[in-house]
Parts: sequence; C-alpha cells; structure tokens
Amino acid sequence: MNDKPQSQDHSLFYEHWVQFRKGKSAVLGLFIIVLFFLLAVFASVIAPVDPIAQHLDAALTHPFHGGYLLGADDLGRDILSRILFGARISLMVGAISVSISVIVGGLIGLIAGYFGGLADLLVMRFIDIMMAFPSIMLAIVICATLGPSLQNAMIAIGVIGIPSIARVTRASVLAEKEMDYVVAERSLGASHVRLIFSAILPNCVAPLIVQATLAYAGAIISAASLSFLGLGAQPPTPEWGYMVSSGKEFISTAWWVITFPGLAILMAVLGFNLLGDGLRDVLDPRMKE
Amino acid sequence: MLRYIAKRFFLVVPTILGVITLVFFLRFLSPGDPARLFLGERATPDAVRVLRQEWGLDQSKTKQYLTYMGKVLRLDLGRSYNTGDPVAKEILARFPATVELSIVATVIASVLGVLAGVVAATRRNTIADFVAMVGSLIGVSMPIFWLGLVLIIVFAVNLNLFPTGGRLDGRMLTDPITSFYTLDGLIYLIKDHDPTYLYSALYHLVLPSLALATVPLAVIARVTRSSMLEIMGQDYIRTARAKGLPERSVIWSHAFRNALLPVITIIGLEFGYNLAGAVLTETIFAWPGIGQWLYSAVLGRDYLAVQGGVAFVSVAFILINLLVDVMYAYVNPRIRY
Repeated sequence: MNDKPQSQDHSLFYEHWVQFRKGKSAVLGLFIIVLFFLLAVFASVIAPVDPIAQHLDAALTHPFHGGYLLGADDLGRDILSRILFGARISLMVGAISVSISVIVGGLIGLIAGYFGGLADLLVMRFIDIMMAFPSIMLAIVICATLGPSLQNAMIAIGVIGIPSIARVTRASVLAEKEMDYVVAERSLGASHVRLIFSAILPNCVAPLIVQATLAYAGAIISAASLSFLGLGAQPPTPEWGYMVSSGKEFISTAWWVITFPGLAILMAVLGFNLLGDGLRDVLDPRMKE
Repeated sequence: MLRYIAKRFFLVVPTILGVITLVFFLRFLSPGDPARLFLGERATPDAVRVLRQEWGLDQSKTKQYLTYMGKVLRLDLGRSYNTGDPVAKEILARFPATVELSIVATVIASVLGVLAGVVAATRRNTIADFVAMVGSLIGVSMPIFWLGLVLIIVFAVNLNLFPTGGRLDGRMLTDPITSFYTLDGLIYLIKDHDPTYLYSALYHLVLPSLALATVPLAVIARVTRSSMLEIMGQDYIRTARAKGLPERSVIWSHAFRNALLPVITIIGLEFGYNLAGAVLTETIFAWPGIGQWLYSAVLGRDYLAVQGGVAFVSVAFILINLLVDVMYAYVNPRIRY
C-alpha cells in the first residue's frame, strides 16, 4: 500500500473513508468527539449561567429545580454550566499533552529507528526505564514536583505519553526504512533530514494517529485524576475531575454533584477510545480480517 | 531455560538502576529547596542551613547521588521526614494491604474478563458479543476515582451493604498475624471458629476490589476475545470440528488453551499495574496501602519517602514483568532461548 505513487492519495483516502464509515463504532466515536468540541467552543453561548458564579442560597439544589437542570454544587454554582466550560479544559489539556507526547516521542522514535545503532540502544533503554514507572504514579510525582497547576499537569501527562508514541514510531520507521522507495531516494543522494521527514514520516503517520487518539483518551482521564487529587486544575476552575473531588464530601446527601461531571469524563473518553479503535481497524492493515 | 532467566535478570539490573537514578534526579526539577519547604516560610536561614547540612543537601549533586545509591544498594532508603521512621520499614508495613487488594482485584478481573472474552468470541456478532464489547469499551474509559465514589453512593450510603472504606471494622483492629487480613480471618475461623473477622475483611474488600478490577477486566476481555478469534480461524479448529468433537470441547480444550498465552501476559501486566497504580482506589476507599501512603508523602513533600516509594513500586513492577516473560517462555514451547 505504501509503495503506491502519491497521485493516488485521494482515492486511498476515499477507500479509508468508506471503510471507516462501515465501522459504526468509529463513526459514533467521531460524533461524540465533535459534539464535545461544539459544546466546548459554544460553551459561553449554551451555558445558562456563569460557571464560577456562586449563589450560596442555592447550594446543593436538586437537578431540575429552580432553573438548575443538573443541580447546583455546594457553592450554588450551576453544574451544567461548569460541565460545558469543563469540556474546554479537558479537550485543551488533552490536545496540549498529546502534542507534547507526539512531538517529543515521535522525534525520539524517528531518530532511534532511522539511525539505529548506539543512538537506538541508548534511547530505547531510556524509554524502557520510563515505561518501568507506573504512569499515573509518575504523573503524580512530576506534577507534585513542578507544583500543582493545570499547566504542570499537562506537562506531566505529556511526558508519561512519550514512551508509547516513541515505540510505535520507531517500529514503523524500522519497517519503512528498508522499503524500496526509501532505498531509491537514498541512492539518489537525499539527505538524512529529507529521508526522515519527507520519505519515511508520511508513511508512519497512520499508526501514529491511532496511538495519539488513544493517548487523547488517556490524557483526559489522567488530567481529571490529577485534578481530583488536587494536583491539576485549581479552584474555582470548572474542571471535571476537580468537580468530582469537590463533591465527594456530600456524596451521602447530594449524588448529583459528582455524578454528572463523572459521566462527562466517561463520555468524552469513550468517544476517543471508540474513534481510536475504529481508526486502527481502518488504518492498520495487520488488524484487517 | 536457566540461561534465558539469567540473561533476562541481567538485563533488568540496568533498568532498575536507571529507575532509581531518574527518581533521584526528578527532585531537582522542584523549584524550591526541600529543607526550606519542609520548615515552612517562617524558618530562619540558620535553621534551614542546619537542616540542609543534616540532610546532606549542601553537598554536590554527584556526591548526594552516590551517597543515596550506596545506601539504596544496602536497602537503606533513608528516613521519612514526617514520621522519622525508616522509609523501607514504612513501605513494608503498607505493602501487604496493596498486595491483598491487587490480588483480589486481579482474580475478579481475570475470571470475569476471560469468561466475557470467550463468550464474545464464540458468539461473534450476537447480542452477547455486542454487550461484552460495549461493556469493555466503557470499562476501559472509566474514570476509576469516579466509579469508586459511585459505588460508595450506591452500595455503602444508600443500600448500606458494604463499608465506605478501610480494611476492617475499627473495633477489630489488633496486631495482625500475617498482615493479610483475609488470611488472618481464615486463621481466626479455624482456630476460634469465629468468622466475624473474616467477614469484616471480605466486606471491606468488595467495593475497592471491584473499582480496581474494572479497567483490567475490560482489557482482559478484549485481549481474550481477539486471541480467541484468531485461534478459532485456524485449520486445526476446523479439523477438530470436522472429526465431530462437541463444540464445548473444541472451544475449551482446543481453542482456549492456545488462546491463553497472550491472556496470561496481559493478566500479569495488569497485576503489576494494580500493585503500582492503586493510588486512586486506595485514596477513595481509605485503604491503608502503599498508593495512599505515597500520595500523602507527595503532598507532605517528604521527598525521601517519595523517592523510596516510587523506586520500590517501580522495581516491583519490573520484577513482575520479568516473571511474566519467564512464565511466557516456559509455557510457550515455541519460545526457547
């Protein structure tokens, strides 16, 4: 498939798209993600009220009461509005931390796979060491060391995502660099940079996209977990994990404070996992039956 | 086989040293000085200087590193700043709680996950397959800290079936015999014919182990399904069917046994993750294990405790992975090194 000339890109894309639509779960995943992105973008239009405005007289209002569709938290803040604005934060955190993982991990994988030898050995040993850490624990330690904030949570999550991206990239570079078209271009005198970025990289993108989509799902959960532990988003930010954490003192009286933000996390993560699974079926020929 | 084990073990040593090194240098990313952070904002410069000297922070990073590594090799992880106890002792005091929880969670996840995976694969494209696969996707996407709280709301607060947290009813807390409370319960049951201790230990295990089992269960179900599907397409399965074997025997003794290899690997890995990654579950259910302890050490900026704890957990994780690899080679006759 990868040896085909570039001019067939369009039809290849079309072929992928047809296959993609056959996988209903992937389409559903894409639909969920688009929905969340729309909610995030138009949060200020859709949200009934200001997500951080407190109305202490309305504290812990039940859902469907007094104009609070999903109820109010202990400070009388509208949970629906907070969830809508929370979508902005979760999607942004996911995007930034996955970008960190993809850029750093991708570069590491490209260099290790392309040059091989000592560079490969050293880099992959380091990746092995990073993989020996349980990821959530590494995120907690990095985040706590840098200081609790949303920004540092994104860095921590980006870092823990590096090893898997690096491995996936390296594996596809190894397979790709022996291909005839690469050998041909090399014999024409193409430079390393040209070979890596314009010959090999474009053909390694498919598994990378799959891995990045799944990493996005992981990043949303990790960010919410860090915020839940008090290491990520700080009050009064409307972040889903922090919302769950702030509701845990009232679980015996006000179930809605934790239930709805948790469902939002679950849905968003599910969307990315569905899409990632579906993309893998389409883009990874090894998974075809 | 022995040569393979020796080789693998030899390869693990640099990884372990690397892990401890990385944990050590991670601390220098911190913007503040540990001694100043520990003493608080109002500490006098003199007090900070004395403490820095006491902790060896006034020496060069290389010297500090070599001193630390030297101690670690003698299994001395230093003393916790917050309690003054040796870090190694504190870790060993908490580890059994985590091991107990992880074992129970992994057993639940393995039994249910394998069953769901086999059912889904053998009844492909039926309702059962659909339910199992949708369920496992939801499981993989589950925020555990939230699931834990929902379990508490439903089963502890509203239905009052299980306790909200802890390992045992407070009044029963005595010096444990084995540090594994279910084993202690069995001992009391046999010795004194008194089941209350065992009941209490089991009741306390139910909710946290269900929460911890959710993600591994989903992963194991998915791996089992795809492994079974791959095997079910093989020629020898068709042969087995062709010679008239009952479907049950085809599934369990021909297909399942061969599909088990990747499943065993994933179960081992998930057990390792559970041991190390139970921070959230332990925090929510007030489970006095190593995850909860490490989290409070992180918050308390008890950095020797953090260093030692993370190193310990990572080494445990590495060793479990090694064990899984060795087991894999042992079980799979196609791999001989």
